[in-house]
Formats: sequence, structure tokens, C-alpha cells
Amino acid sequence: MKLKFIGGGREMIRLIGVFIIIIGFIFKIDTLAVVVIAGIATGFVSGLNFNEILQILGEAFVNNRYMSLFIITLPVIGLMERYGLKERASWVISQLKHAKAEGVLSLYLVIRIIMAALSVRMQGHVQFVRPLVLPMAQGAIKTNYDNVADKNVEEIKGLAAAAENYGNFFGQNLFIGAGGVMLIVGTLNELGYEVDAKEGPTQIALTTIPVAIIAIILGVVQFHLHEKKMARDNKVSNEKGGEE
Amino acid sequence: MSIANLLLTLVYGVIGILSLLVAYQAWRKQQEARLGTVIFWTLLGIIFIFGDWIPANLVGIMIIVMAVLSATKQIRFGLFVTSTQAFKEQSAQKLGNKLFIPALILAGLAFVIAQLTPLGAFNAIGLSGIVALIIFLFLVKGRLKEASDESTRLLSQVGPMAILPQILAALGSLFTVAGVGDVLASGVENVMVEGNVWMGVIAYCIGMAGFTAVMGNAFAAFSVITAGIGVPFVFAYGADPLIAGALGITAGFCGTLLTPMAANFNIVPASILELKNKYGVIKSQAIFGIVMLIIHIVLMRFLAF
Repeated sequence: MKLKFIGGGREMIRLIGVFIIIIGFIFKIDTLAVVVIAGIATGFVSGLNFNEILQILGEAFVNNRYMSLFIITLPVIGLMERYGLKERASWVISQLKHAKAEGVLSLYLVIRIIMAALSVRMQGHVQFVRPLVLPMAQGAIKTNYDNVADKNVEEIKGLAAAAENYGNFFGQNLFIGAGGVMLIVGTLNELGYEVDAKEGPTQIALTTIPVAIIAIILGVVQFHLHEKKMARDNKVSNEKGGEE
Repeated sequence: MSIANLLLTLVYGVIGILSLLVAYQAWRKQQEARLGTVIFWTLLGIIFIFGDWIPANLVGIMIIVMAVLSATKQIRFGLFVTSTQAFKEQSAQKLGNKLFIPALILAGLAFVIAQLTPLGAFNAIGLSGIVALIIFLFLVKGRLKEASDESTRLLSQVGPMAILPQILAALGSLFTVAGVGDVLASGVENVMVEGNVWMGVIAYCIGMAGFTAVMGNAFAAFSVITAGIGVPFVFAYGADPLIAGALGITAGFCGTLLTPMAANFNIVPASILELKNKYGVIKSQAIFGIVMLIIHIVLMRFLAF
């Protein structure tokens, strides 16, 4: 077995698709094209003819149409946006004007996870972090500390982007129709595990609950530690709220 | 054909029509790369509506055409009209939290249908999307035309990436035929202690995170690493494939936090937020990502077995 893997070129060649994908991603070649080329190359090295490759490609694509089920939610999501969904969400967040930076970031993380669980798809960095979360967090450090160090301002930017990613990544599979959930079901089916169309997605969403909770806890701890670090690095402002 | 299957065909039909609407809008408006855009969304619409009846090798050719259009940047999105900012502000104030109702229906109704009816999760998602739309249209007294405009706007914004998961699944089947998983597994086997569950779980989680970091995409890593490491060294030792698979994907996301390859999550935001260091976002996420990965190993060891 060992020799076969290390020395056997005939075995290694089967990984050609993996290498094509890695190369394609590194050189930022169009993702769809790279994946299709990787598939075709993999088919050829394993002895399939072109027609057989087309057959497998087409069959898998049609059988996995459910992975794109999110498209059917686009009309209602677009309509919600048209009638002010984001404006309303902004208002909800802006109700916490006097929070600390850690509070703003923690709250956004929780909201983002809930949004992900409700399958609200969004590009949070552009839609929420830049226009709303970051200005609020920066506003908070400016009122809480005098002459905030440049380093801290940069760190807050990084953390605001991180809050979006944490919420998005570890919240999305809480929704049973999420792309990731569908991918797990589809992949397991392809690998020969029979997954119940009803129980399967539910089980995946349930397994994601502890992951989401831990992500919130870790995020809140990280934001809190950073707040303490800022309090050490900077002079705490005593102009506002000296009564605290 | 059972009712569930018939319903699913209809759901796919609706998705196909949404795709054709994008093509129709691109055709009507003088936009960049008009022809390529029209062809792409028309082909996708046809596959969604008639996929069950078209010969699979013909679908294969259509996929290649779509990939070529994508590679040559012939799929663009045009200009779409949505409501004005003033209208949005006003409407947000008027509707208040009612605006969140469709989002709750999408998640809640899908869950209820999936649990209480024999229709299955896929139909549940499709139906909840349609019901949420109808209820919201009544709520705001909107017109169907508005919904179709908005769906066209969003779908063309997602663009060709919308079909990436399906293409990756197709790649997965070719990998399975070629035995890519077996080759990877035989490589990993060299360093594994037979029957050691901890080692299998560690290899699967770190494999997911590492491969995701290399490819910048956890979905692409999932089919390869699950076939290569998950099946022989975790599932075969008695793990619940669903629980281990669910944790496998999020273990992959830990890798996404650490890599510049996931440019749209880590590098683009750094420039959107005007960070001086373009790796500033990754720096903020590094410790979290590593701790989260270790937690995943522990969770998988105890939840999946």
C-alpha cells in the first residue's frame, strides 16, 4: 500500500483533478471552469470516454438541483429588501447607542447567527459591517477612551470583519435548506450512505446548534479580551458617564 | 410519480422560470455581454424545468457551454431598478417588525412541513419560499411584477456562482468513479494507527480545515476529504455520518477563517473596511479559528460516536 502511494504514478495520476483545482484556485482562474476541467480530466485518467464523462456530469447536475433551492427564496427576500428590510435591521442595531465596542460586536455576532439561521442571505461586510457595525464600534471606542491608539482602530476593523465571518460560517447550517446542509446530504448519498430526506437535514441543523453557541461564546470572549486590552493601552475617558 | 416528486418537479420548474426571467430581462435591456448572459440563464432554466427528460450527456454539453461562458466573462448583470432609498426608509418605518415575518415563515414553515408531512425537506423549502412570498405580497399590497424584478436582480447578482455547488457535486461523482478518495485514503493510511478513533477524527477535521485553506472553499474540500478520510477513518469506526459530516463542514470553515484563498471573506473585506494590513482580518481570526478547530475535534469524537 505504502509503495503504491509513494511510487505508483498510476495511482497518483488519479489525483489530477485535485491538483487542477488547487492550481486553478491559486492562480484565480474562473472557478466554474476549473471545476469542470478538473472533472473532465479526472474522468479521462480513470479511463472513461468523453460521452461517459458528459453523462456523469449531466446526471449529477440534474440529481443535485436541490442544492440550488435557495433560488426559490429570492423573490420574497428581494421584496423584503425593496420594502426596507435592511433599513429596519439597521434601526434595531442602532438602538444601542451607548454600548462599548465589545457590546456592539457581540450583539452583531448574535444577530448575524440568527439571520443565518433564518436563511437571510447577505453580504454582511458590505451591507452591515461597513455602514453600521464598524462606525458604531469606532464611535464607542472614541467615547470610551481618549486618543485611541492607531493600532486599536485597526484591530477593531479586523474584529468587525471577523464577527461577520463567525456569524455567517457557524450559523448558516442551522437552516435545514442551507447550501452546506444540502451538500452534506448529497455527498453522503453519492458515497452510498442512505440519508433520509426528512431526518437528514434536521440532524445536521441540530448538530450545528452547539457549534453556533460555542462560536458565540468564543467571539464574545475575544471581543471582551480586546476591550480590556484597549482599556490598558489607552486612557479611559472620564468625561462621559463618570458615575459608573 | 408520487405527490412529493411531482411537487418537487414543480418547485424546480418555478426555479427554472426565475432563471428564464433573468435571461428575458438581459435580452430586453441593452446590457454588456448580452448574448452570453441570455444563453447562460436560458440553459440553466431549461435544465431546471426539463432536467428529468433531457438526455444526461446533452446536459453535460450544456454545463460545458455554461463553464466556457463563465470563463470568458460573458455572464454579466445589467442595471436593475429597485425601490428608492426614501421609499425604503418610509416603508421600514411603516411596516416595522412585520418586515421580519417572511424570514420567520421561510425558516419556520420549512421546518414544520419537513417534520409533519411526508413531502420531504426539499419541498418544504420550496413551498415555504412560495408561501412567504404570497403572505408578504398581501401584507405590503405589492405586485407580482415587483417580486419578479427583485428576484431577477438578486439572481443575476449571485451570477454563475449559483451553480457552483451543483458543479462541485458533479465533480464529486467523477472523483468517486475515479477512486480519488481511495488514493487519498491509502496516503493517509500510512500515518494512521488502525482502529484509532481519535486519530481518525483528528485527521478528518484537520484535513477539512487544511484542504479548505488550500482551496479557499470548504464545499469543494468536503466531497474529497469525506471520501478520502471521513469514510475510511471516521464513518467506518461507527460514527454517525450526518453528525460527523455536519461537523466536518464547520471544521472546514475554521480553515476558511485562516486563508487568503477565501478572498471574498478575508481579503476583500479588509479593503472594504480600509485596513492597512490586507491580512488584518485573518490576523483577527487566527486564534479563534485554531481554538474552534480543536473544539470541533472534541465535539466530533463525542457527539458522532
